[in-house]
Amino acid sequence: MSPVLDIAVQHRLGAFVLNAELRSDGRLTALFGASGSGKTSLVNVIGGLVRPQAGHVRLDGETLVDTARGIFLPKHRRRIGYVFQEARLFPHLSVRQNLLFGQWFSRTSGSNGVELSAVLELLGIGHLLARRPGALSGGEKQRVAIGRALLANPRLLLMDEPLSSLDEARKAEILPYIERLRDESRIPIVYVSHAITEVARLATTVAVMDGGTVKSCGPTSEILSRLDLAGLPGAPEASSLIEAEVAGFDREFGLARLETRAGPLLVSRGDFAPGRKLRIRILASDVLVSTGPLSGISALNQLPGKVAEIRAPAESGASAVDLRIDCGGEILTARLTRKSVAALGLAVGSPVHAVVKSVSVETP
Amino acid sequence: MLETAGAWLSPDEWTAVRLSLLVATTAMLASLPFGIAVAFLLARGKFWGRSLLDAAVHLPLILPPVVTGYLLLIWFGRRGPVGQLLYDYFGIVLSFRWTGAALASAVMGFPLMVRAMRLSIEAVDRKLEDAAGTLGANPVWVFAVVTLPLCLPGILAGMILSFAKAMGEFGATITFVSNIPGETQTLPSAIYTFTQVPGGDAGAMRLTLISIAISVAALFASEVMARLVARRIAAS
Repeated sequence: MSPVLDIAVQHRLGAFVLNAELRSDGRLTALFGASGSGKTSLVNVIGGLVRPQAGHVRLDGETLVDTARGIFLPKHRRRIGYVFQEARLFPHLSVRQNLLFGQWFSRTSGSNGVELSAVLELLGIGHLLARRPGALSGGEKQRVAIGRALLANPRLLLMDEPLSSLDEARKAEILPYIERLRDESRIPIVYVSHAITEVARLATTVAVMDGGTVKSCGPTSEILSRLDLAGLPGAPEASSLIEAEVAGFDREFGLARLETRAGPLLVSRGDFAPGRKLRIRILASDVLVSTGPLSGISALNQLPGKVAEIRAPAESGASAVDLRIDCGGEILTARLTRKSVAALGLAVGSPVHAVVKSVSVETP
Repeated sequence: MLETAGAWLSPDEWTAVRLSLLVATTAMLASLPFGIAVAFLLARGKFWGRSLLDAAVHLPLILPPVVTGYLLLIWFGRRGPVGQLLYDYFGIVLSFRWTGAALASAVMGFPLMVRAMRLSIEAVDRKLEDAAGTLGANPVWVFAVVTLPLCLPGILAGMILSFAKAMGEFGATITFVSNIPGETQTLPSAIYTFTQVPGGDAGAMRLTLISIAISVAALFASEVMARLVARRIAAS
């Protein structure tokens, strides 16, 4: 099976050089990196807005671009939906006309075409149909833009920082829709972002970009806990992503009880539905390590495990060291001082307890 | 002066008014596709000789109208290189016909038309065209359903300017097609003729008032249309 996305391109734009290779099968592949790292250039290459000087782009085994063979499929024949940073709705058309714009041109859609009613329901925009884009809020515009891209019956959806122009409340309004899109539609998504919280929450696969190249690419939890990436400029601090299920509540103290492979976790959130599956994130610097169970400590979570890897600091003389701790199959990353590692005599295989405060667990 | 409303103008004067409207409308509509094409080339094209085309389009604005009319006479007259061709292959005669008056008016109004259209095409957000492309629209459709509607105000403005210019065009017209009542005598020519004969003041004044009325009406219509289009685009 060829991967969903198979890209290797070189493109020079003034002083900036894009030299990116990427292979991904993820349902939602996040391109993550600082601004200027080449994320938008790469999605523009995928979408056909930029013609790369060399390289190839393949989607589900079909070649869209191959400079060596002189192939360049123009953007209107790629069937790749693109949600831009600034919605780019057509101002002279109503919301309904904007949504149906792509259907005028996709006559091949046939039976597997996306239904307008399904998209309206998925994105919650049914009440906006008669309006014009000028009369929509930022969040509504972005949801209409997502719907418009979906209704063109794409086989891949590109989203270029679709939330970056919105305030926190609007972001929180749209994120659940993107999650539903990821889980309920069969369209793979490439999602550009420089916000680690969005990536941690949405992505199944992460590609970290820096200076026009893809530094590494892999499953989200692995990439976010990778210690060598933490040193990259613009890269996130190492952290752990853990799949969890809500098991119950402690109403008296407003705590949610989560089941994870690493063991039970108490987090300070009281408003989750029991049985809900979610993804939590713990920063490496929020994890304490002890060689045995502790008593007389405020932190509520102690997860037993073994040291799986000790990452030497990038420069000699640096004081911090990152540890990967295997807790029942989940990897927890902890950032300690070299002094602590020496004092505790930690080595690969040492049994330890990872100590996490309930208030330090990031939940959606 | 005012016997009845219908008899206010003499038959000859009515003819001049109707002829002017016919010439101006023909000039505007016939130059419209060329105007859009040239405006698009100048706004978007990257080709050798672009500034040359720009200069050529603006020439009628700068040259004395008599010169433009004389050049038209040389080129489009019955013995002119283009005029001969048009007659031999299509049977079209321009010199000393109302069609020639329309051509002279169209040429004189062309720079104004192109200028207005070009500005509005340049103002269209190319990013919207990219978005339309990713939705499956090929370049021709993108132009038809995104670019053209978005620069509609400028196209309307260009059409009105061309029409207004054609209504008032005198120098090139009289040089190219002369001043023949019923064939090439448009409003300005008729007014000019009235001023050349004793006792023609009243007629000149009547036609002047009509000329003013038509110009104001055209201006008003363009305002209304521009506002309608702007409301459609900006939306409430």
